[in-house]
Amino acid sequence: MTRAFVTLDNIGKRWNGQLGVEGITLDIEEGEFVALLGPSGCGKSTTLRLLAGLEVPDEGQIIIDGTDVTGASAAKRNLSMVFQSYALFPHLSVAENVMFGMKVRRVPKKERLEKLHNALDITGLLGLEDRKPGELSGGQRQRVALARAIVAGQKLCLMDEPLSNLDAKLRAAVRKDIKKLQNDLGITIVYVTHDQTEAMSMADKVVLMKDGVIQQTGTPEQLYSEPATTFVAEFVGAPPMALIEGRALKGFKDDQTIGVRAERMQLVQAGQGRLACTVTDCEFLGAETFIGLEHPSANGLTVKLDGKAEMTIGSGVEITFADQDLHVFGPDGRRVQPENIPTVLEEE
Amino acid sequence: MSELAKLERRRRAIYGWLLLSPAAILLSLFAFYPSIATLWESMFSRGTRRHPAAFIGGENYNDLFADPTFWIVVKNNLFYAGITVPLSMFIALSMALWANSKIPAKGFVRTAYFTPTVLPMIAAANLWLFFYTPGLGVLDQIGALFGLPSVNWLGQPETALWAIIIVTVWKESGFFMIFYLAALQTIPVDLREASDLEGASRWTYTRRIVLPMLMPMTLFIGVNAMINSVKLIDHLFILTKGGPSDASKLILYYIWEQAFAFFDSPHAAALTMLVLLVLGVVAAIQFFYIDRRTHYQ
Ligand SMILES: Nc1ncnc2c1ncn2[C@@H]1O[C@H](COP(=O)(O)OP(=O)(O)O)[C@@H](O)[C@H]1O
Ligand SMILES: [Mg+2]
Repeated sequence: MTRAFVTLDNIGKRWNGQLGVEGITLDIEEGEFVALLGPSGCGKSTTLRLLAGLEVPDEGQIIIDGTDVTGASAAKRNLSMVFQSYALFPHLSVAENVMFGMKVRRVPKKERLEKLHNALDITGLLGLEDRKPGELSGGQRQRVALARAIVAGQKLCLMDEPLSNLDAKLRAAVRKDIKKLQNDLGITIVYVTHDQTEAMSMADKVVLMKDGVIQQTGTPEQLYSEPATTFVAEFVGAPPMALIEGRALKGFKDDQTIGVRAERMQLVQAGQGRLACTVTDCEFLGAETFIGLEHPSANGLTVKLDGKAEMTIGSGVEITFADQDLHVFGPDGRRVQPENIPTVLEEE
Repeated sequence: MSELAKLERRRRAIYGWLLLSPAAILLSLFAFYPSIATLWESMFSRGTRRHPAAFIGGENYNDLFADPTFWIVVKNNLFYAGITVPLSMFIALSMALWANSKIPAKGFVRTAYFTPTVLPMIAAANLWLFFYTPGLGVLDQIGALFGLPSVNWLGQPETALWAIIIVTVWKESGFFMIFYLAALQTIPVDLREASDLEGASRWTYTRRIVLPMLMPMTLFIGVNAMINSVKLIDHLFILTKGGPSDASKLILYYIWEQAFAFFDSPHAAALTMLVLLVLGVVAAIQFFYIDRRTHYQ
């Protein structure tokens, strides 16, 4: 087995005895785009800062490119970072901000200017060299931060919610830019976000965290189709997976939880469905319509219908779904292996 | 529509003037009027019973320029400012940088440095009198431990002004440190982290990032220190009274002497005008020249 480019081995970090992150174990291959995903306060930034060397772990080991850097300073780790706040130097111009690191490292002037031009070209900032950060828009500042990371020329780039200060439209555009940049430069990116769409659309590997612990690591496809816990099921996907208490469905144990995706549910005639629910809302999105449903022992029930569909709010409907589309979670919230799923047929 | 806009503009103008007026009235009454009155008085002769005060134009100023004591006092004050301003600012900045870093007992260190500021200047002077007193003073006691002879710090022309300078620096550094600390705290930590990641040393970070970002505060403190180097003379009354042989006499003390010891208010007024002029020029240079090259957030 080849050695991973970056390895976090059982990293733990506590703040005054309180939980920060715990037991973080993660392998990152060279050239991979890894997203650290999770709700606010789950320890994404802490994990990233531990990797960057801005925090020291209480336990565990960090290896980057074959070197144990657990105790090494940030400068020695050969990585660049894009901060959530961008961390631009307010009194320096765009050019000086981007060249700061090269000046520190005494890169010759000619090379410095070449790299500056190149980075500004890639990020579309040419012509803004002499502006101060205060004279730029949010999107432009964000790109200055990117340019600064690019000229550092490191193989590993860390980004902490780099798009969270941008509006939705710009976010989608910059998302593509970052992805393209990563492809062109062949760098490894560890990207922190609380936005599952961002993580799912950009990453090769998603690490979903909750309360300082990794819930699941896998490709976006794996997280979507095989969520390891009910938390993952509810966090990933738009709309998230509906969760139904086992006792509401025939053939499942009471303490089990059954998950089903919106696109796997069908509305059926009264008397033929597996669950009778009430319509709570209709969300028309152009190509499809999401019908929100309510059932006393289910959460987040949504049916996806093609095109435009009209439903009376408050009316009763019945839904059905195929057994192979169900995800079954045990009493501890963990996914139950398929062979443990009792099928309705066996019962009969 | 345009009528409405005009009305609105007038309303705003009135509102603006109303807001300005308390400060404008107070300043006129207690700053502008006295300045003009002083200028006026500086152009009259000293009135006696037989010769009432008469307009003599720049005569008082000529007297001053011909007065050797005046030049000694000017030289003293320039020296005093030339040492106290940069020294207290430098110490304040160093202490602030240190007290802002991760050190144990941070709160205690800050309080300790700030203590001299809380003390009234007269009390501080009395404290230092106790340090400087020949034979009994702490300085001499310490010197005696190493077999050094007793020194009359305040009583000899070579050391008197230095003794005054040290008290001022001791008093002012803590005060300016608080200002620097406040400014340092507005610098986001992630700037430090970003420069750490780029491999910048602590010194590079301080020189290229922190100091430029402190520039507005440095300017502000500089102006204040400069003004204080003229204003802060309370300790002269306790420590040296300007002596020996004018060695530690500063301009404001000289003005006080002229006005209230020799009751020569026209010359005191002329001196005051000169001080105002110089301070005005200094402030103008600082605000219009240095200000333009300073980054504000
Ligand atoms: N410097 C710190 N001191 C104390 N607690 C901290 C510090 N940084 C983070 N934490 C705590 O650690 C937890 C994880 O924080 P963080 O990694 O910033 O979360 P996020 O996933 O939102 O980036 C939070 O509960 C936070 O309060
Ligand atoms: Mg965060």
